Amino acid sequence: MQTPILEVSNLSLRYPGASEPAVRDVSFTLGRERLGIVGESGSGKSTVGRALMRLLPQADLSADVMRFEDVDLLRASERQMLKVRGARMSMILQDPKFSLNPIRRCGDQVAEAYRTHVRCTKAEARAKAIAMLDAVQIRDPERVFEFYPHEVSGGMGQRIMIAMMLLTDPQLVIADEPTSALDVTVRLQVLKILDDLVRERGIGLVMISHDLNLVRNFCDRVLIMYAGRVVETLQADALDQARHPYTRGLLAAQPRIGGDRTALPVLDRDPAWLTSETHS
Amino acid sequence: MKSVSINRMSIRFGAITVLPEVTFDVAAGECFGLVGESGSGKSTILRCASMLTDSWTGDALIGGKSVREMGSDERCRALQMVFQDPYGSLHPRHSVRTVLSEPLKIHNIGDREDRMAQALRDVGLPADFIDRYPHQLSGGQRQRVAIARALILEPDVLFLDEPTSALDVSVQAEIINLLMRLREEKGFTYVMVSHDLAVIDHMCDRFAVMKSGDIVEILPREAIAGNQATAAYARELIGASLTYDRAV
Repeated sequence: MQTPILEVSNLSLRYPGASEPAVRDVSFTLGRERLGIVGESGSGKSTVGRALMRLLPQADLSADVMRFEDVDLLRASERQMLKVRGARMSMILQDPKFSLNPIRRCGDQVAEAYRTHVRCTKAEARAKAIAMLDAVQIRDPERVFEFYPHEVSGGMGQRIMIAMMLLTDPQLVIADEPTSALDVTVRLQVLKILDDLVRERGIGLVMISHDLNLVRNFCDRVLIMYAGRVVETLQADALDQARHPYTRGLLAAQPRIGGDRTALPVLDRDPAWLTSETHS
Repeated sequence: MKSVSINRMSIRFGAITVLPEVTFDVAAGECFGLVGESGSGKSTILRCASMLTDSWTGDALIGGKSVREMGSDERCRALQMVFQDPYGSLHPRHSVRTVLSEPLKIHNIGDREDRMAQALRDVGLPADFIDRYPHQLSGGQRQRVAIARALILEPDVLFLDEPTSALDVSVQAEIINLLMRLREEKGFTYVMVSHDLAVIDHMCDRFAVMKSGDIVEILPREAIAGNQATAAYARELIGASLTYDRAV
């Protein structure tokens, strides 16, 4: 593997006022690949994403190493972070309904992402934004440029967010549940577009999701998190050979098309999972 | 056990026709699914049939009797509903006891303590949960309380509006198992809205595929695995779900 884009070692994080840390001793490296982080709600997967972007200034964060290319994320000043965030690493959020500014035109919001990081004229930014909207397969991008967020569908809103986040050619994209607000039919389209762009441009992708099928189909490697800890790391195509009982339990609990309709196995949580060593 | 039959149900909100005209029948004791993308009118059917929305035309029959002819008491004892989001559907300042006892008070039903204890047993919650508030419960436990609330009047028909989509897979499995067990024990008729065909395949006997307010096709559960739908949209929807599911 080439030099990693992202290197994290023993990341722990505790929210102010919480008795237990939300994330404990998480370590991983990311090259030009697609890494999935899966787990249930409250397992700390989104917190990891936010910690990487340094979006949690109040939280008590510690790590041995947290490095993004040449930037030491543990020591970078907020000033440095402003240059990194949105330009070299960006984040796609879950729901376009809540993540786009409802009173500004979609196109202006996309162009703004560019103008924030690149010195250029408004016309250049507009041209860039329209080209990017085209790249996320929005038909008639010039018309959509003028739309307000309430005038676009969920799938299109999410594509606009992807356009916004990829416009500055980042090296790392963190996608936090990018498609869970979308319908199945649209979900695949949006994932395909994101996937194509990420591969074409050689971007490192961290895909945070609760959906095992999604990470299995759209990631190379998967971290499985439970109660703030990485319990297992697997190649996505080897998910079936998971050894940790938690991963196996999650897989078994999913109803399947064409299944035998017997009672679904229910996860039996073992307190030892909170302390046991990582399988890999 | 009672059957459900929706007859030429139609509703419009202002200039927008949400349901042009929908007709389908659900046999007594059947589990019937409604699938389709968001905005296709799945939940609206349930809201209309349960008279949460009453400005619609056409008819909905529960066990042969029109919901419009039933008084609210009778209707509530014939059908109950479980909503999608257990975080939003329980009153944050009402304890489980309040939630479960209110329907009993309204309907003047006696031995409340026993009935409430039985409802909690039915949904697999410990009896001492009765004095808890929603914030003291996990998502799965809240959904169990919502189901207990639906069960307490001993209805014949349950409308399930995405009962597991706000839950993690591990918790979803518990709720699905619970719903399947209750149907076996009590012979409920279910009408279930879901966007997850794997859940539909697991629970339902037949399901209707909806698009912009119309039922595109009604299919038996067996048609999912081989994508035997004939309507183009139904094929697309099932195809997408199968692709999504394929690696499993």
